Amino acid sequence: MSFQVSKNGDVTLVEVEGQLIVGNRQELKQKVLEQLENGDRKFVIDFSDTGYIDSSGLGVLVSLSKKIREQGGELRLSRLNEDLRTLFELTKLDTLFQIADTKEQALEGF
Amino acid sequence: MDSELVLELPTDVRSIEHAVEYVMQRCPGCERRTHRMTLNFRVGLTEALSNAMLYGNGHDPSKRVRVEVLVHDGAITARITDQGCGFDPGAVPDPTAPENLLKPGGRGLFLMRELLDEVSFNDEGNSVTLVLRLEPGTSPLEGGAPA
Repeated sequence: MSFQVSKNGDVTLVEVEGQLIVGNRQELKQKVLEQLENGDRKFVIDFSDTGYIDSSGLGVLVSLSKKIREQGGELRLSRLNEDLRTLFELTKLDTLFQIADTKEQALEGF
Repeated sequence: MDSELVLELPTDVRSIEHAVEYVMQRCPGCERRTHRMTLNFRVGLTEALSNAMLYGNGHDPSKRVRVEVLVHDGAITARITDQGCGFDPGAVPDPTAPENLLKPGGRGLFLMRELLDEVSFNDEGNSVTLVLRLEPGTSPLEGGAPA
């Protein structure tokens, strides 16, 4: 499990490898908040290589989205697999986030 | 419950992923990697363990979580028991209500109820029993326990 952070122009891209769960959610939160404190305002979190997100992971995404919005920024998500999409739909979080089919689409639209 | 698989876990959220994987590999019947197993059962068990450790045992590393799994009559049943004081599952608000959508917590029990066929608690509220029927050909989102 790891989080790869890179820059694409003025967009910060975070790629989640493995799972985003109760055991590692704080690590993601810390990485994104560090970038936010450094002045970054546009974020894409990509789930191309993510197997599973639990309710704690969903909660961290909600929390980060709120903090980023408070600073005038935006958090977008990309490439949720079928299972992850199901979890977002069940919890209605698909209505809260802009979710792109690919990270390229998410980056282009910013 | 006449369990086929019993685990005693420490209260350590880092152990959840491995425990779920262990159950998925060792439990008779779980080798069928159907969507209902890899999504519905996996999510339900993960959320139940997470709730038991975070809220039931309150992160207390001296407390343990017991997991009992039984496959019988075409269903898999998992009972997860913590050493906490229990809670009132009826008092947990709907996380999909507009006023709760921006709250970071409160989705674990909701996901269990949506994805499992039965979710029930003991009177004390510190033990949850999850049931997933294993009928072949059932779609992943059929069923769902009553709230």
